[in-house]
Amino acid sequence: MNQKQKNKLLDVFVYIVLALGALTMLLPFFWMISTSLKTPGEAVAMPPVWIPKFFQIENYKQALAAAPFGQYFLNSVIVTTASTLGELFTTILAAYAFARLEFYGKNFLFVLLISTMMVPGELLIIPNFVTLSNWNLINTYASLFLPYLASIFSIYILKEAFESVPDEVYYAAKVDGCSDWRYLWTVMVPLAKSSIVSIAILAIIGSWNSFIWPLIVTTEQSMRVLPVGLQAFTTEAGTQYELLMAASTIVVVPMIIIYIFLQKYIIEGLATGGSKG
Amino acid sequence: MQVRFEDINMAFDENKVLNNISFQIPESELVTILGPSGCGKSTTLMLISGLIFPNSGKIYFGDKDVTSLDAVDRKVGMVFQNYALYPHLTVLENIQFPLKMQKVPKKERVERAMELAKLVKIEEHINKRPKDLSGGQQQRVAIARALSKRPSLLLMDEPLSNLDARLRIEMREEIRRIQQETNITTIFVTHDQEEALSISDNIMILNQGDIQQYSTPTELYNYPENLFVAKFLGTPIINSLAMNEALNLPSLNLKSKEIQMTKTIAIRPENLYEVESKEDALISGTVRFVEIIGKNVTVHVDTEIGEIVATELGFVHKQGDTIHLAVNEKDLLLFDDKENTIQRGALK
Repeated sequence: MNQKQKNKLLDVFVYIVLALGALTMLLPFFWMISTSLKTPGEAVAMPPVWIPKFFQIENYKQALAAAPFGQYFLNSVIVTTASTLGELFTTILAAYAFARLEFYGKNFLFVLLISTMMVPGELLIIPNFVTLSNWNLINTYASLFLPYLASIFSIYILKEAFESVPDEVYYAAKVDGCSDWRYLWTVMVPLAKSSIVSIAILAIIGSWNSFIWPLIVTTEQSMRVLPVGLQAFTTEAGTQYELLMAASTIVVVPMIIIYIFLQKYIIEGLATGGSKG
Repeated sequence: MQVRFEDINMAFDENKVLNNISFQIPESELVTILGPSGCGKSTTLMLISGLIFPNSGKIYFGDKDVTSLDAVDRKVGMVFQNYALYPHLTVLENIQFPLKMQKVPKKERVERAMELAKLVKIEEHINKRPKDLSGGQQQRVAIARALSKRPSLLLMDEPLSNLDARLRIEMREEIRRIQQETNITTIFVTHDQEEALSISDNIMILNQGDIQQYSTPTELYNYPENLFVAKFLGTPIINSLAMNEALNLPSLNLKSKEIQMTKTIAIRPENLYEVESKEDALISGTVRFVEIIGKNVTVHVDTEIGEIVATELGFVHKQGDTIHLAVNEKDLLLFDDKENTIQRGALK
């Protein structure tokens, strides 16, 4: 076997592995959409029905009528927007401070922040809940996004991107009469665009899909968000899988659209730390 | 604008970089700060720009004390070795950037930027981004940007070091032209002696945080104040010979006091000539090899006291030849035990 054939064989192998990976990722999506079009009988049938005989489009109508999804959707949009913008703002400031400014205890503080990433998120639910209820914020929009206004992971990613901008550019800007604040917004932020976009997308997806936290801090219908609304299909009599899946599809679609439009930035931002010179 | 340092000390942690230096740079001159790496030349430039602050001492622009003024407020122009252009802005936007910071109206700053693009001959590329330009073009943009806010001072930190040899010569002539057209006081930092000698009104040689000599290029080359300066300037490097019996001192017309004080003598390679006999020569030796680069012939001679290099002996020598070398007394540099030049005229 010569080198060329070897390479070809390697390519084939790589594609098989990638295809298997893609299949594993796509299967749940396929199952969700397929189930959303089944009759209740088909949804629980054994052996599983892969493709329903007749597409039950009315599942979607029924699902939408089961809960005030319009209100949930609005709530989700408000909470996602607030938490994403807030996170971006704190991340940009913190990343700049860690990347560019000199202050006492900087490295210690950064290591401390990074070490909090080891704490599992579930562990934070109780102290966060207690804090917010002491502040009388349960059942408000604030309770839904306040805990998500800062992300250590995002700060870490953006700090790396900011650090890849050469020092001389900063010196040049200083000499050109540009203050630190202006330098951050007119030079650093545009240069780290792809990192910032990918941080934003991760924040949007995380906020849009979060379930446990909104479930805990909201009890009123008017404050609930989309993923919590999906609960409506689980009753004491069991779960209506076909309706649950129809509603899930509706919830997931906006995220898929956002992802498709911005995937270029996500990959760029995560692969390179986001700086182009 | 005139720049003055008064007793400036600078250290990074325990590392002393500048030792109590004082100097003055006259208005409208191009002054080069020259020295080996780590001599403190870039630090000096950063101090002038206000990007760092001295541990002690005062810095004046004209009569104004600017020692504690931040870079943002010093209003100098600066050019960096790696250009430091803003990658996300076009050439024209880069040139305008300092004016934008000063809130100059858009129409006015575009006009000014175009004017500068013409001055540095980059007007065909004004809508490109830095990454689409060659190194020389990027450096032209950097110069235009530094000049756009009409600074009273232009600082250049090794601006040519990232360019290839031919472009470097072209750009240094450009810098000289631009400096003379705009008449701006310019401080140019380099480690390249040829660059310094070719464009400067005055050169300041720094070594280990001390000013070795500060004078015109000709003066530096012909009358170095110490052995470091003598060795730092000139290619090939000056021949420096320890006082030794191998040297035929009677061939030179030296006073006894001079001989007594001298620890080292130095002779530029171009000042050595050949004589017939050993008696007339300062030193004799064997040709080790002859290096011919175009019209330049460099002869490397092995002597009892080490290698000597001569450049003006012509094409006649070959390896293994015995050769007798002499020098005119006026071309001789004498150094005392502290490696300072002995001022021969001052001796009786």
